[in-house]
Amino acid sequence: MSAPPRELRVDGLSHAFGRDEVLAGIGFRLPAGEVAALVGPSGCGKTTLLHLAAGLLTVQQGRVSNTFATTAFMFQQPRLLPWQSALDNIALGLKAAGMKCDERHYRAHDIALRLGLAHRDLDKFPHQLSGGMQSRVALARALVLAPDLLLLDEPFSALDVGLKEELYRLLLDHQADREMGVLMITHDLMEAVRLSDAILVMAPEPGRIVCRFELSVPAARRDDAWVYRHTAELLQTAAVRESFGLPPAMPGAGERGAEAPAPARPVSALRLVVPAEPVPAARGGSRCGG
Amino acid sequence: MRLLRAWAAGLPAYLWSGWGAIASLLLFFAAWEAVSLVYGPLVMPDPRSAFGTLLGLVESGAAWPELAATARRALTGYALSVAAGSLLGLLAGLSMTASMMSRPLVTVLMGTPPIAWLVLAMLWFGASDGTPVFTVFVAAFPVIFIGALQGTRTLDNQLRGMAEAFRLPPRMMFTDVYLPHVVSYLFPAWIAALGTSWKVVVMAELLATQDGVGAALAVSRSHLDTAATMAWIAAVVGLLLAVEYLVLEPIKREVERWREHGA
Repeated sequence: MSAPPRELRVDGLSHAFGRDEVLAGIGFRLPAGEVAALVGPSGCGKTTLLHLAAGLLTVQQGRVSNTFATTAFMFQQPRLLPWQSALDNIALGLKAAGMKCDERHYRAHDIALRLGLAHRDLDKFPHQLSGGMQSRVALARALVLAPDLLLLDEPFSALDVGLKEELYRLLLDHQADREMGVLMITHDLMEAVRLSDAILVMAPEPGRIVCRFELSVPAARRDDAWVYRHTAELLQTAAVRESFGLPPAMPGAGERGAEAPAPARPVSALRLVVPAEPVPAARGGSRCGG
Repeated sequence: MRLLRAWAAGLPAYLWSGWGAIASLLLFFAAWEAVSLVYGPLVMPDPRSAFGTLLGLVESGAAWPELAATARRALTGYALSVAAGSLLGLLAGLSMTASMMSRPLVTVLMGTPPIAWLVLAMLWFGASDGTPVFTVFVAAFPVIFIGALQGTRTLDNQLRGMAEAFRLPPRMMFTDVYLPHVVSYLFPAWIAALGTSWKVVVMAELLATQDGVGAALAVSRSHLDTAATMAWIAAVVGLLLAVEYLVLEPIKREVERWREHGA
């Protein structure tokens, strides 16, 4: 087949709401089978970037090209239709694609059971389900489309640790089976280290990607100790501290990273690949009103 | 069809749940009887004679034409206000400007007492059916209009974003996202408006027409016939309660099953 490689490619993307420049010079590439996490403080334009990638916002400047066959989106809140049963909510995307009722219910049912929902939950309305169950329904609604690309907007941020862990596992299983590309937003570094192959660190005002880390150990083989160690390590890097507005790291540990992003320490599976680029100049005059 | 089946299936359980309501109604009748014992039958006839009179009216066939005339006027005005209020409210809700402009106008409409409209209507329509129908229309219209307006204004942006992300075609956008939401606002407004219509029509008839329950009330008042007055009141209220609790309320329950019920 001569089809182009399945990937999400973003080049030179800038976006402004009115005079507020939200994103400036964003560029990255997400190939099939990779999980990439966008981390950064609240308000740095992560959600805007994700919405641009999903086509929910119109691109103003730059280019977004998505050659994945199907894309699914999971929001920060479950955003279920309150007047439809869990099963109908899960099947919503299939219905939109014009699938017959029996077929879409069958598929929705199938995936719901795999995501740990019970038969009796499926007839319930969203308000009758707990928050965790609602998140499962929302995840099922995205995964039932069998997407090649899944966009996640901090979907697990409101859940307890046990539930998070379980949904991570379900997501990773599904991802590995289908070579699915996943782009997720999170402000939880631990979540990023737990799930992703690549971490894109964003800094605010205007939102831009300051560096990219790659994690060499497959997500399925990471254990808690690994995650803790690498989260701590990530948190020591100058780019991350600066992005989240933390004071520079303790003497010795972080200083080195601040100037020259040195090659990764030999024991680490965390590799800084793109050094912090010089900040793209904010467009002239865009802030004079402030 | 599905709605009809659900309505029929839910009816027995629903009626059974009405025992509490019946008990409180019986307490009310007891209080009524107590008042009539204290003040005598001229001021307040006891419930039995009131219902006896009503039964007599029904058996003699005198009640039906009056009730039919009243129902015809109430329902005509109501139907007009449902059509106009729903449509205009939805349209006004779609535009920010229109909804801001219409709100004070509707407040004026709602603030004007129905009796004032009635006086105007009598000048415009005379003793024809137009007078009660117009008064009902004007009284019920703002209630429905506001319901429709709020239904459209409160459409959830989050759900709209979700629907876009899942590529819902426009038809599904309407049937699965917009319509259920708007109906959840419209339906209670329709019910409230029906109650208003039923009350206003009797008032309009009392002053403006020669037939109907309102006119019959005027006659019984002039005869100082309190038993007949109470009988007509009971008939009107009974009909309204029957329509509301046997037809509308069960439908509402079915339509709004997804809503959160207070614990």
